[in-house]
Amino acid sequence: MPNHKNIDLPRILAHLRGMERIRAFEEAALDAARDGRVTGAIHPYIGQEAVAVGVCAHLGQEDYLLSTHRGHGHSLAKGADPEAMFRELYGRAGGTCQGKGGSMHIADFTVGMLGANGVVAANIPIAAGAAHAIHLLGESRVVACFFGDGAVNRGPFLEGLNWASVFGLGVLFVCEDNGYAATTRTRALTGGEGAAARARSLGVPAEEVDGNDIGLVDETAGALIGQIRAGGGPRLLVAKTYRLTGHTHADPGAYRAAEEVEAAWQRDPIRRCVDWLGTAGVADVEIERVRAEARDEIRQADRSAANAPAPQPEAALSDVQDVGDPQAEAY
Amino acid sequence: MAVLSYQEAGKRALAAEMRRDARVWTLGEDLGRGGVFGQYKGLIDEFGADRVVDTPISEAAILGAAVGAAMTGTRPVVEMRFSDFALCAVDELVNQAAKARFMFGGQARVPMVVREPIGLWRSSAAQHSQSLEAWYTHVPGLVVAAPATPADNQALLTAAIRCDDPVVYMEHKDLWGLEGEVPDEAEAPDEVFGRARVVCEGDAVSIVAWSRMVHEAEAAAARLAERGIAAEVIDLRTLWPWDKDAVFASVAKTGRLIIAHEAVAVSGFGAEVAATVAEHRFADLKAPVRRLGAPRAPVPYAPALEAELRITAADIAAAARELLEGTTS
Repeated sequence: MPNHKNIDLPRILAHLRGMERIRAFEEAALDAARDGRVTGAIHPYIGQEAVAVGVCAHLGQEDYLLSTHRGHGHSLAKGADPEAMFRELYGRAGGTCQGKGGSMHIADFTVGMLGANGVVAANIPIAAGAAHAIHLLGESRVVACFFGDGAVNRGPFLEGLNWASVFGLGVLFVCEDNGYAATTRTRALTGGEGAAARARSLGVPAEEVDGNDIGLVDETAGALIGQIRAGGGPRLLVAKTYRLTGHTHADPGAYRAAEEVEAAWQRDPIRRCVDWLGTAGVADVEIERVRAEARDEIRQADRSAANAPAPQPEAALSDVQDVGDPQAEAY
Repeated sequence: MAVLSYQEAGKRALAAEMRRDARVWTLGEDLGRGGVFGQYKGLIDEFGADRVVDTPISEAAILGAAVGAAMTGTRPVVEMRFSDFALCAVDELVNQAAKARFMFGGQARVPMVVREPIGLWRSSAAQHSQSLEAWYTHVPGLVVAAPATPADNQALLTAAIRCDDPVVYMEHKDLWGLEGEVPDEAEAPDEVFGRARVVCEGDAVSIVAWSRMVHEAEAAAARLAERGIAAEVIDLRTLWPWDKDAVFASVAKTGRLIIAHEAVAVSGFGAEVAATVAEHRFADLKAPVRRLGAPRAPVPYAPALEAELRITAADIAAAARELLEGTTS
């Protein structure tokens, strides 16, 4: 990161704040999942924060984002309300999805966050379709679609990228390559050269970056989104990163050597950002102030969510469908 | 009122909705050239390639893209070519389209129509002949329609396009050429979902059917009438929601119920109708409910073999006579 030209210190400090918010949220969510306050599974984003923050820095609320089961970081970076997210995790009223989605389906359409998807790669054709609608309606939005390295072996990856390519649609596909497909090394299960080569073969230009370098992600995502906004069609960003926790809150990650994980912590994107800011001359006290503010915000959101009431039971049957509504069709 | 084919009636409905609402568009394989059955012929000339979209043979992307486009302000009409091919996009239909509204707490609407032609047609064999309507009635979030006549293909497709829920729209391939009178204006959309049509009235036996089987049921009623038996034929038109009240009213009158469908009998939608009547109207029944459906075998190619799986008017009439003979006082 020290080599980046024209680095704007306040911008990097804002990125630090964004990453720290995600980290704090994920640590709180992990604790809550382990002690049973979160009843479902959590797929922590710890270690990958620079990708969401660097990409979303180039998206406005009018732009769309489609996410995955590991989606808390994407939602926060896109502007979703952390208290509503905690309420969703805790199964309380006022959750982002009214308690019907949980961790794997967080969505906030008011900020263009069109949902986290529990089926690997399923969000890719949906993202292409959102971009298709943008084209049909003559809008100027762009779409960002996040997925992991495991997704590139599913058909919808090929089908969705091909679709965006042949129709010239404005989607930034973001492959967060954390090295693991659930609990197995993706490299052992992926033929050829991987995501970028596959995208290029479909006519989608691709860039690979160190996804733990917030400055580099910011710069590269900005360039790619700029090309998309200029009408250049879809692009793929492959961000090499590492999942510092297990696949879920319940996965200790015993299939990874301790040295591997320890080495990965040395490349922690937050730590690298903090080190770089220090080297660039930002006072420790300023760095710590930003981090503490981010953590306070998340702590307060968590605290108020924890006191929210459970949803009304009758909501279990609402918002299924208008025609053939189960609330009307007593069965 | 005009005489149109089932296929023309569907095309008229789609064209009218595309004229009425600029957000409606259609996508699928070979649509620019009219679609595999010609049911889109000429639409590209009126609406252009942006709204009549030729897609790759890429079912998951066709359906998945439609889900994304439906959630963001457009109203796609998706052509899946054969209901059998739509199985390549079951995740997109069942896990995505059907669940987005609920799963995201009401933030999303997925107003899309998924046209899935069904049924036995010209020796199409095991992968181009299935009737899988019952599968989709099981999935919360979906609406399921199966029109039997040209007038209904206009009315139901119009209603499906205006509906804010995802609609699985199953046209029968053997009905494309069927001609019938079609009103100039489609029936009001709120009058079609879950509203059965009484095809012919009778007091001896109720025959419930949908899609092409309605015509076999009607022919069976004509045969029965020759023997002085008045059968009542009910065309459900939509399977979710379905018109329980119409079936209950008919059974109250006849006391005998046959459900006939082209799909495999086991776990077919006939089982749902039979179980519902047994639960709620057992006292009205004078005889056991009969289900007529295909044996649990894939559809074969040779006409002589395919015929073994068909439910015919003669089968329905025979079942009706058995019910009446077994229960006459």
